[in-house]
Amino acid sequence: MQFTLRTAHEMHDQLIKKEISAEELNKTVFARIDAVDDQIGAYITRTRENALAQARAVDRQIRNGEKISPLSGIPIAIKDNICTDGIRTTAGSKILSNFIPPYSATVVKRLEAAGSTIAGKANLDEFAMGSSNENSAFLVTRNPWDTSRVPGGSSGGSAAAVAAGAAVCALGSDTGGSIRQPASFCGVVGMKPTYGAVSRYGLIAYASSLDQIGPFTRDVTDCALMLNAICGHDPLDSTSAKYQAVDYTGFLKDDVRGMKLGVPEEYMAEGIDPAVRGVVLKAMEKLESLGAVVEYTTLPHTEYALPTYYLIAQAEASSNLARYDGVRYGIRAKGSEDVIDMFMKTRSQGFGHEVKRRIMLGTYALSTGYYDAHYLKALKVRTLIKEDFDRAFKKYDLLLSPVSPTTAFRIGEKIDNPLQMYLSDICTISVNLAGIPGLSIPCGFAGGLPVGLQLMGRHFDEGTMFRAAYTFEQNTDYHKQFPEL
Amino acid sequence: MITKKDVEHVALLSRLELTGPEKDMYTRQLNDILEHFQFLARLDTENVQPTAHVLPLQNVFREDWAGLHISREDALANCPDQEENYFKVPKIV
Repeated sequence: MQFTLRTAHEMHDQLIKKEISAEELNKTVFARIDAVDDQIGAYITRTRENALAQARAVDRQIRNGEKISPLSGIPIAIKDNICTDGIRTTAGSKILSNFIPPYSATVVKRLEAAGSTIAGKANLDEFAMGSSNENSAFLVTRNPWDTSRVPGGSSGGSAAAVAAGAAVCALGSDTGGSIRQPASFCGVVGMKPTYGAVSRYGLIAYASSLDQIGPFTRDVTDCALMLNAICGHDPLDSTSAKYQAVDYTGFLKDDVRGMKLGVPEEYMAEGIDPAVRGVVLKAMEKLESLGAVVEYTTLPHTEYALPTYYLIAQAEASSNLARYDGVRYGIRAKGSEDVIDMFMKTRSQGFGHEVKRRIMLGTYALSTGYYDAHYLKALKVRTLIKEDFDRAFKKYDLLLSPVSPTTAFRIGEKIDNPLQMYLSDICTISVNLAGIPGLSIPCGFAGGLPVGLQLMGRHFDEGTMFRAAYTFEQNTDYHKQFPEL
Repeated sequence: MITKKDVEHVALLSRLELTGPEKDMYTRQLNDILEHFQFLARLDTENVQPTAHVLPLQNVFREDWAGLHISREDALANCPDQEENYFKVPKIV
């Protein structure tokens, strides 16, 4: 059978018209996984039997004439740093290579309650630390558009799965761009919701003041459906916000007339590949031609975002990752003399280079004598970066920029130069520092590789982002182009 | 400037045991990174309040009720070594 990439809402229509059963639909996606995942390497763990059992339950509901939710029977890939009850969850790390969670994350419970099937656990950079998926302890994920290139990271497996048709939707996590950058590299839609909009209960923590879970989808409509399913207050996450959840599909209107869009000039400056800048400029002109007002603006502290982000994220990581000590879960090194020796050996054998580097950078930034100059300084600059956005959003409904300064780079190109790797996040990290929502949508191609347009919005104003993104999508066909595999 | 001795100290605080080549690599890389981050010091933040967290949340309370908890068996299921329902570790002193 010829494989065609469909969205969740198209599949939902087929399910309720009984053109296909949920079981057949899931089998089609698993056949696709069997056909392409040897090339792509999107999954660490596949959960075929669980998915088919869940799909048969959805089919019974349909046969009984029950109303099913928009994501019922839809196969979804879950980034492997999100806990799944009884299904191995590794965070891409050797130290958790045998960890089977005794509970599921709230987002997984919500998707299961909506009837979604879990296709498997998607590859990632170890503990979500990386921009290329090359830091996974298990396998290298490849970009479906060019398998010599990275899918981006850290949610590279989730993005590659959706782009290759090896999942219909996926969940990722975004601490400094880890949903938006791989979405951009793989030509799919990826959203980092407002900090606090989606529960993080069951997410393996990296940097707690920045981490947020969000969806990968093939179009903006699916993204709104996914956010509907996972957002909202959760008493199990004390940082989850108490806000009135809305139906985000209500914002899917083909109309940006009068919408005020700002383009921070710092995000279009040198350092952005000219081909990427050209594609993004054309996308901005498209929105202007559809009736939006597009103007250059400024976020003056942008150049300080990278050090600010790395100092804060690594300080938080050094504390969060202290729990991996070989006592309660994960691997334990053998042949230790005493408990301290056991901690040291376990952590040294269990963590990869990038994770060790970040733990040490964070520990250094928090250590006696350096705290004020590094960590506290970064927290103060974070205030200035956040105030830049507050000022811009007084005038503009949304801000627009590239997602990443380049298209997908080659596997191995940046792995030995951590600083170069960090620079690939320069357009996405400020969004996490300010806690605002960010969305990446496909907006064209440079050299045959996808380019993403980033939309940044006010806190809890995902709706306006959906409206602009939907309008762009209705008037372009980039989201309908798929990689040949 | 971070010296190899600093790296050894930070590694000990982080409970990491580094090989000789790793110490050299991290000394070089952490220096590169922190040198690049130096320009943060230029910015005047004398009268700026730090932001640790972007949400206006403080002291989130809830009722102290007994809910459903993970069973002892499940909580110990991932444990590398256990004895009589306790996590077991090598000698401490």
